[in-house]
Amino acid sequence: MRRFLRPGHDPVRERLKRDLFQFNKTVEHGFPHQPSALGYSPSLRILAIGTRSGAIKLYGAPGVEFMGLHRENNAVTQIHLLPGQCQLITLLDDNSLHLWSLKVKGGTSELQEDESFTLRGPPGAAPSATQITVVLPHSSCELLYLGTESGNVFVVQLPAFRLLEDRTISSDAVLQRLPEEARHRRVFEMVEALQEHPRDPNQILIGYSRGLVVIWDLQSSRVLYHFLSSQQLENICWQRDGRLLVSCHSDGSYCQWLVSSDTQQPEPLRSLVPYGPFPCKAITKILWLTNRQGLPFIIFQGGMPRASYGDRHCISVVHDGQQTAFDFTSRVIDFTVLTEADPTAAFDDPYVLVVLAEEELVVIDLQTAGWPPVQLPYLASLHCSAITCSHHVSNIPLKLWERIIAAGSRQNSHFSTMEWPIDGGTSLTPAPPQRDLLLTGHEDGTVRFWDASGVCLRLLYKLSTVHVFFTDTDPNENLNAQGEDEWPPLRKVGSFDPYSDDPRLGIQKIFLCKYSSYLAVAGTAGQVLVLELNDEAAEQTVEQAEADLLQDQEGYRWKGHERLAARSGPVHFEPGFQPFVLVQCQPPAVVTSLALHSEWRLVAFGTSHGFGLFDHQQRRQVFVKCTLHPSDQLALEGPLSRVKSLKKSLRQSFRRMRRSRVSSRKRHPAGTPGEVQEGSAKAERPGPQNMELAPVQRKIEARSAEDSFTGFVRTLYFADTYLRDSSRHCPSLWAGTNGGTVYAFSLRVPPAERRMDEPVRAEQAKEIQLMHRAPVVGILVLDGHSVPLPEPLEVAHDLSKSPDMQGSHQLLVVSEEQFKVFTLPKVSAKLKLKLTALEGSRVRRVSVAHFGSRRAEDYGEHHLAVLTNLGDIQVVSLPHLKPQVRYSCIRREDVSGIASCVFTKYGQGFYLISPSEFERFSLSTKWLVEPRCLVDSAETKNHRPGNGAGPKKAPSRARISGTQSDGEGALATGVRLERPWSVASAMAESE
Amino acid sequence: MNRSFHKSQTLRFYDCSAVEVKSKFGAEFRRFSLDRHKPGKFEDFYKLVVHTHHISNSDVTIGYADVHGDLLPINNDDNFCKAVSSANPLLRVFIQKREEAERGSLGAGSLCRRRRALGALRDEGPRRRAHLDIGLPRDFRPVSSIIDVDLVPETHRRVRLHRHGCEKPLGFYIRDGASVRVTPHGLEKVPGIFISRMVPGGLAESTGLLAVNDEVLEVNGIEVAGKTLDQVTDMMIANSHNLIVTVKPANQRNNVVRGSRALGSSGPPSDSIIAGLGGPPTPRILQNFHPDEAESDEDNDVVIEGMLEPARSPQAPGAPAGSLSRVNGAGLAQRLQRDLALDGSLQRLLSSLRADPRHSLALPPGGVEEHGPAVTL
Repeated sequence: MRRFLRPGHDPVRERLKRDLFQFNKTVEHGFPHQPSALGYSPSLRILAIGTRSGAIKLYGAPGVEFMGLHRENNAVTQIHLLPGQCQLITLLDDNSLHLWSLKVKGGTSELQEDESFTLRGPPGAAPSATQITVVLPHSSCELLYLGTESGNVFVVQLPAFRLLEDRTISSDAVLQRLPEEARHRRVFEMVEALQEHPRDPNQILIGYSRGLVVIWDLQSSRVLYHFLSSQQLENICWQRDGRLLVSCHSDGSYCQWLVSSDTQQPEPLRSLVPYGPFPCKAITKILWLTNRQGLPFIIFQGGMPRASYGDRHCISVVHDGQQTAFDFTSRVIDFTVLTEADPTAAFDDPYVLVVLAEEELVVIDLQTAGWPPVQLPYLASLHCSAITCSHHVSNIPLKLWERIIAAGSRQNSHFSTMEWPIDGGTSLTPAPPQRDLLLTGHEDGTVRFWDASGVCLRLLYKLSTVHVFFTDTDPNENLNAQGEDEWPPLRKVGSFDPYSDDPRLGIQKIFLCKYSSYLAVAGTAGQVLVLELNDEAAEQTVEQAEADLLQDQEGYRWKGHERLAARSGPVHFEPGFQPFVLVQCQPPAVVTSLALHSEWRLVAFGTSHGFGLFDHQQRRQVFVKCTLHPSDQLALEGPLSRVKSLKKSLRQSFRRMRRSRVSSRKRHPAGTPGEVQEGSAKAERPGPQNMELAPVQRKIEARSAEDSFTGFVRTLYFADTYLRDSSRHCPSLWAGTNGGTVYAFSLRVPPAERRMDEPVRAEQAKEIQLMHRAPVVGILVLDGHSVPLPEPLEVAHDLSKSPDMQGSHQLLVVSEEQFKVFTLPKVSAKLKLKLTALEGSRVRRVSVAHFGSRRAEDYGEHHLAVLTNLGDIQVVSLPHLKPQVRYSCIRREDVSGIASCVFTKYGQGFYLISPSEFERFSLSTKWLVEPRCLVDSAETKNHRPGNGAGPKKAPSRARISGTQSDGEGALATGVRLERPWSVASAMAESE
Repeated sequence: MNRSFHKSQTLRFYDCSAVEVKSKFGAEFRRFSLDRHKPGKFEDFYKLVVHTHHISNSDVTIGYADVHGDLLPINNDDNFCKAVSSANPLLRVFIQKREEAERGSLGAGSLCRRRRALGALRDEGPRRRAHLDIGLPRDFRPVSSIIDVDLVPETHRRVRLHRHGCEKPLGFYIRDGASVRVTPHGLEKVPGIFISRMVPGGLAESTGLLAVNDEVLEVNGIEVAGKTLDQVTDMMIANSHNLIVTVKPANQRNNVVRGSRALGSSGPPSDSIIAGLGGPPTPRILQNFHPDEAESDEDNDVVIEGMLEPARSPQAPGAPAGSLSRVNGAGLAQRLQRDLALDGSLQRLLSSLRADPRHSLALPPGGVEEHGPAVTL
């Protein structure tokens, strides 16, 4: 029982632990999940996005980010940044208003909630009386006008949210002050629009949904003007000089009204249905923006012909005879236009259109001809196609970094050259000490390379593996589909594309060697590609090979998908990573593990049937090994086979149906007493009805060799170690399976000068069957100093000490349940940590990380970072396997979050909090990437000097933040999808 | 081969009282039969065996494989009778030279049991058969038992479930539930984990030590309070090699009455009191635990070292050819035990083959049955 006792606390170690470990969730990268509101402050130059989960996120210059979360977790429906202030008002869907402010504390700004308020009517009033529909912050920043469903406009004083009842503009009061002829039928309609006069703060405009618009004088409480339209009002816009109104309506029309005191005309100046004459959908928002060049910009949302384009999500821009309907792949939440911020300026001079769609943010340059999109430095849609896997590489050499950026910049030629226009605030984050890459594999067969060094996750380069294969779709189909004289003039924008051509193209495993620039990617249909970085475009043939993992075992039938058909001839590849070897596993099951050794030029891959080793220098297979257990029927049929379970589930559903019929009869017994008796007698027995109410049960059964998916290869590892005897070390390949088996192969790699002449040889040296049979999730060899062996080529590049080959090596095998250290070459157990037996949690991810001390500059320790199925993150010491710290990180129900977690080599990590967002966390005290920024309202960044000059002429402000140091360019193209992980990977995780 | 097969068929079908015996010494097999109802004396059997194998000059020990695949000794009339009567249908007898037998061990889990210096005790072999010769405690299979009676409150029960062989399921289900606790604030309902169901024929049911609705308080010394059902499930499965659960039995009437022991029952307060009574073949015995057995849950991983013929040739999924099996921590396994283990794996393999005739697999070498002369008496 001694082992259950807690070890005594060593104060020295405890202090050291505090210097080494600390847990923080630092940044959320990517695009907010389910955005619901957009706000922009022209004076602060800060963009705000609210989400359905009650989060608000503020973005300024790259690196300037803030996040806040409402306690109520209700959807944010509106965000208004108070003009010229570091304050914002949010309206939630529970009708509550919240005041947030950016306060400077210790040199950095923090977003915090100051006040909240719910508008309450007199007792007995209908709830709709106070249901807020529009919020207008007055330019004085002291008053808030709240339009409601009842048609009343309430006035609230800021910052305390004091309701000024005497200043309420009730709909009755407005009615009484209207001329006689406008008074009929205008009762109980909600306020659709509230606008302040652009020049005169004493006038506000109130638009009611039935079509009445009044201009109200706040001082004298009277109607200055009124306008009556025959259509339902959707929204309204005031021209900058206040002399013209533009209203948009539910029939897809918009009207211009002249505001002049001399004549009160009953008809609009001009009324237009832009996409008529057939019935159109409503125009929900319109902006009328003047331009010093003359003709105004008219930008409106919706209004498409109902029958043929009613399903499109469009924003149209009309200017100077040009008209374009930007067509978004997801619903448009809101849009705003960046204009001249100085309220006294004569013209709006719009220069950028910012559109928040449900799955991405699109920014369009309105000053460059053709209105090209602007590349985003943040808010990238990570999920433009669903993320299927991710891989992190720390400390990228500068050369490789520059080559990747160069390859990526050629892919971004269609973007505007405009500098990022939303650049409020100052980032105080020091330049990141090293360059980190995050690689994400996607369902459409692409790999995206992200700059993960700093606060902003920027897309550097996108690699597509599709060209290697024949696919159904013609790649040029989408690009040139739009003809010149199409009407409406639709133009696809944005990168969110949830449709995958072929799910087999999905990327499942990625391995990048940062020294040799070799990349291996593996996918859903058993394809393994080895790629090489090339700065020039090339036309080359991809060498193809097949790896038969079943090896003559008769009687196995693969019922899953076909393998992909590869193109046989030479294929044109863009500059960047270009494939030269394709290995296709047979049967074409999902590749479940992958390892690349760039020094030996070997790539190892594993599926649920076995694993193989391929020599990519000589382009030949070294060996394959089948890991199937003969009784493992499930593995043989493949993950896509649902034959058995379908039958079972059908049977079950029939039973359930019958059962529910029986029980419903029992619940409503017929009137005769005999039947009642019978019913009650039945209920006495533990019948099916009771069974249905039975609580969740868990079977206690030891794992046996016959469990399914035992052959599933979970991990592959190359090591140069003492596998056979203690005098000679040799290259080796280690593989761990789902059934708790570890295979070790000793390899003979010919020396470099004869590398092409002699074949690589392999022979099995060891096989370890873990008695507890839990899936092996990690294998690691520790050198004589108990330090993990370095990566291949790390020593050759002088970035690591060469491993100690004098002392005896140790083998660490991490299964889902235990950590176990064995001696080498004679494999005998040395020590172990039985995690599951003690805590009931299972290891999901494990990775070696180096933890630096925050006090001593050069002190650091290697430990294991572990993620469990409960979402806890632990640090386990090496080589003594002592648990160091434990933090709860991810909710245990968040299976896709746990499955998506990756650790970095320096104690940080990422996991998906939604299909489109990575949460970044840090276990280390030394390596911490978090936004530190300052936003100051007094900071009079006098917007655009040289009033009206284009942003391109604007002096290039010192673009703070280290993330920019690597050169401009490289922005986000995004696309996305709801299905988070592919079926196969989800199954693997749920094992 | 054909002949012997035919013979044994004859025996099985025409003379039901005959028990077929397959006796193995080293690599050699002998076959003969015994009368199930009148097996005779152990001494005669010993002579017969020694004679059949032509090893009358050496001192041997005789063991047999019981239904669970455990190697149990035959060294007196009683266990000889038991061996014959429980044979179904074949009685597999293993003969070892005494010197060898001393190094190895019989009994359950002998595959993984550590070697112990017990040679001295062995001297009382079949020669001094004047008094009744019973097996050593370690020759018996450890069975499930109640332990730590002196430590655990009377209302609770700590049970060690001993699994023998891999085939028998542990066999119970757990569920979430609520239990009432007496706290300083009065009675309180707290969430707890309960046994919800027993698998018929499973280990838990056959011991009779656990019952439906017993509340699980600890698993291997770790309190269950605050853990989820899934966590507790994982803990139990991870400890399934040596599962010790502390329960609060739903039926409190069968508790051990501590008073009687305090009144001075014979013997020291031992760790274990009651032996769970297994299914029919399990002998009714008193179990003595070695104090270090609490740590004996070493899950000994099997390490196979060996050369594989260079790669690409097709490979049977079973044990690699020419490999040497070594049990980690136990040193070199006895040849006998290995054969036994191979037999076990072969049976499993064969059963899987029978299930699906499509599989045509190469049998592991050394596992092919029925060689050597068959002798029928």
